[in-house]
Amino acid sequence: MPDRVAIVGVGHTQFRATSPGVSYKELMFEAATKAYADADLDPRRDIDSFVCCSEDFTEGTSIFDEYVPDQIGAALRPVHTISGDGLQGLAAAYMQILTGAFEVVAVEAHSKASNILTPHHVLALALDPIFVRPLGAHPHFVAGLEMSRYLAESGTSREQCGQVVAKNRGNALFNDAAAYAADLEAEDVLEGEPAFWPLSRLDISAPADGAVVVVLASEARARALGIEPVWILGAGWCSDSIALDSREWGTAVYARLAAQQAYRQAGIGSPSREIDFAEVDDTFSYKELQHLEALGVFGPGQAGEATEEGATQLDGEFPVNPSGGSLGVGHLGEANGLQKVVEVVRQLREEAGPRQIPDVEVGLAQSWRGVPTATGAVVILSRE
Amino acid sequence: MTADREYPGTPLSDSDVSQGKVLIVEADPNARYAWDAGIAIGRFLAELKKGRIVGRRCHRCRRTMVPPRMFCEQCFRPTDEWVYLKDSGRVNTYSVSYLRWDASRVEEPTIPAVIEIDGASKGMGIMHLLGGVKPEDVQMGMRVRAVWKPARQREGSILDIRYFRPY
Amino acid sequence: MGLRRVAVVGAGMTKFMRRALETGRELSWQAASMALDSCEMTLDDIDGVVIGTAPDAFDGVHMKGEYLSDGCGAWQKPVMRGYVGGGTGVFSPIQGWYHVASGLFDVVLVVGEEKMSSCHPHPQGAFLTIFDNLLERQLEPNLIWIFALEMHRYMTAYGLSKRDIALVSVKNKRNALDHPCAQVAEDITVDDVLNSEVMVWPVNRLDVSPVSDGAVAMVLAAEHVAKRVTDKPVWIDGVGWHLDTAYWTNRDVSYPKYVEYAARMAYRMAGITEPRKQINVVEPYDPFSYKELHHLEGLLLCGKGEAPQLTVDGVTQRNGDLPVCPSGGLLGVGNPIAAAGLMKVAEIFWQLRGEAGKRQVPGKPITGLAQAWGDLMQVGTVVVLRI
Repeated sequence: MPDRVAIVGVGHTQFRATSPGVSYKELMFEAATKAYADADLDPRRDIDSFVCCSEDFTEGTSIFDEYVPDQIGAALRPVHTISGDGLQGLAAAYMQILTGAFEVVAVEAHSKASNILTPHHVLALALDPIFVRPLGAHPHFVAGLEMSRYLAESGTSREQCGQVVAKNRGNALFNDAAAYAADLEAEDVLEGEPAFWPLSRLDISAPADGAVVVVLASEARARALGIEPVWILGAGWCSDSIALDSREWGTAVYARLAAQQAYRQAGIGSPSREIDFAEVDDTFSYKELQHLEALGVFGPGQAGEATEEGATQLDGEFPVNPSGGSLGVGHLGEANGLQKVVEVVRQLREEAGPRQIPDVEVGLAQSWRGVPTATGAVVILSRE
Repeated sequence: MTADREYPGTPLSDSDVSQGKVLIVEADPNARYAWDAGIAIGRFLAELKKGRIVGRRCHRCRRTMVPPRMFCEQCFRPTDEWVYLKDSGRVNTYSVSYLRWDASRVEEPTIPAVIEIDGASKGMGIMHLLGGVKPEDVQMGMRVRAVWKPARQREGSILDIRYFRPY
Repeated sequence: MGLRRVAVVGAGMTKFMRRALETGRELSWQAASMALDSCEMTLDDIDGVVIGTAPDAFDGVHMKGEYLSDGCGAWQKPVMRGYVGGGTGVFSPIQGWYHVASGLFDVVLVVGEEKMSSCHPHPQGAFLTIFDNLLERQLEPNLIWIFALEMHRYMTAYGLSKRDIALVSVKNKRNALDHPCAQVAEDITVDDVLNSEVMVWPVNRLDVSPVSDGAVAMVLAAEHVAKRVTDKPVWIDGVGWHLDTAYWTNRDVSYPKYVEYAARMAYRMAGITEPRKQINVVEPYDPFSYKELHHLEGLLLCGKGEAPQLTVDGVTQRNGDLPVCPSGGLLGVGNPIAAAGLMKVAEIFWQLRGEAGKRQVPGKPITGLAQAWGDLMQVGTVVVLRI
């Protein structure tokens, strides 16, 4: 069994609200080309296995795995898809290398959200068909309910959630690949068009198109490639009950449990001290705060206050979502997790340009699969 | 697995459902999409509208591919040039279908086929229908040519070719 | 090779039915409970869950794996859903294998479920959406077109007759009479197959497996746990999977190269150099009669075009030299897509432990193989099990 697993290559396309000139295959080819060039690998010779992350109803095609191999160099190779998010895909690749039977594994995810004409109807198909869907409500009502409960239990204010939006969309101003950079104030968010109270339209990340590929390798191969590796210290993932009627609404239990697994593997006892920064899910503004508390970075009810005090800004004690998060970059569906991993890798390699956080050694990426799931994953990465 | 245990599962009959003996909840998914055809298929469809079939060629492996793609999946590199192909070819395989897509039966069978297109590399086929021929007269390897819709009816779709007919 | 050893220690399944009263979650729960009971384990012993379930379109439920998760025992646990179309049923235990072999998990529950009956007017219609969105769906293909095209190409390439191919349906549906969960077991003749309604020539109705609801589950454990839990662990000694190009119309479908490559991957890991001699019982994927033959050849168990003769000669009967589909296969037991492949792995598990009851092949088999196939004539998934 190899000692450690590293990320040796990352590549992605621009993230944009629409991508009319290219098909999803062409987006995948671009991301794969860049990732393999970054790792200096030929997928036809050097990559042992490929994992793609997708959901049929998001693509509009059943058995979508049929269409993934060619454009990522995986034709007639070991390829499988997971119906899960990018961090779960990364975990799958991580496990394959840890078995000792595979040395280099590539992971891909993409979003062509702009091609879905009825996105909320598609999302509604994920609601329980017998108990919830017949209520006929827009699925984001679930997030509204959860935000309500979270604000009440944690004592967080809507203003503090608005500050998350301002921070993340502001960070995106330093990220050329981001779709929704903007200079906003928290008041703009509060005064935004009401959506699913207490969410305003500006509390909700907007979808974007794009593709991301990440290449993992065993320690031996990473060294042989002469690449400065980014090590995976730990990976965890968890699903709480899908049933809306039997879940805890105030806390992100799935994130806490996923983090516990990852921290245990990484030997991390105090996340706020041993981790330098994080990319966490901010599909909705309040989720960033709820997730930070579940991850143990801040105590219960304290993430909002910390945000208000600037602790999570680029120059704060614990920068969160330096890339701009989903609020700033765009919501990429299953590719969110991989976009976060790319940001953590870039920060650790000191390749983040104008948004570079100084002196970072350990970063965390956390994802959530979105409404109505209670599924999330955590990956911890570090430099040597 | 022991021999005589009872296995779970309660089979229902069609009439249990149609006569309402079990509770069911019905729904019609409203899942609609408009896919970006992209560079390769966008061009392919545009050429179909003009009554032509176009492929892409990779200079390294020297395959001329149809349907065209901007990447060569064997070499993993961008493909290099557009190549106009003929609208004729050979039947690689065919079948005779008495079913519609939704499993209902049709009186007049259709003839689905894979047709290797002339001008592309050997084995490069596309799926389409054969027409203007009786099923019993079709042979493997038969030469066929596309029968196009009239120009003003073409939309930039695979259906701009009505079918392939032996010649 | 120094890989961490992983064994199957328990399995369970529901009946396979055209339409079940139970929801997908209930079917999953039934199979998972049975698998846990069979090795006297509870959910507390399970570190992680792998779910295999094929198109969400059958259920009209998006992110179907999430919907099924708590029925699969995945409450507050790490759970992952792998998906390779019809290959999923044999891929899920492979995914479970890499969970345990990685060292991150000691015990994993693998659940394969399918509830096709939810799709109206007929589940076959859901398959329209597996075809290319830009170039094929517009032709309104029926799923069976692609099998008929492949079957015809295979028959022509090797000069095979429908008569010989029909023997597979006869054998498997008869074998299934001994399977307590079977949906379509019956005693038929070759002429019954040839006279059954033509669907898409050369495919007749009795050449095809049915649409089904059902679930299967198994428990995988690391060596130190397996040896504690059972006297008869069945080791996953080889795994392999390969996915070929989506451009199936650019390939010669007379031979499933992707099955061969998946098999080679599994054989290399299992130390198998002469598959025909070293494998004692086989469950290849048989959604159609000719597929069993196609896959036997892809698995390198006989030469190209030779599988029909093996059937004619009785080699593939339960008491033959190489028993094939002793369970009754998809043709006899049923085809709830992801569950069907897992049923085959479970069958090999029971056969190697001598627990297959009336279906038991003689001679105390030691090494068995299960294989599934899926997508657009594209994916092969293989596991080699040994006791």
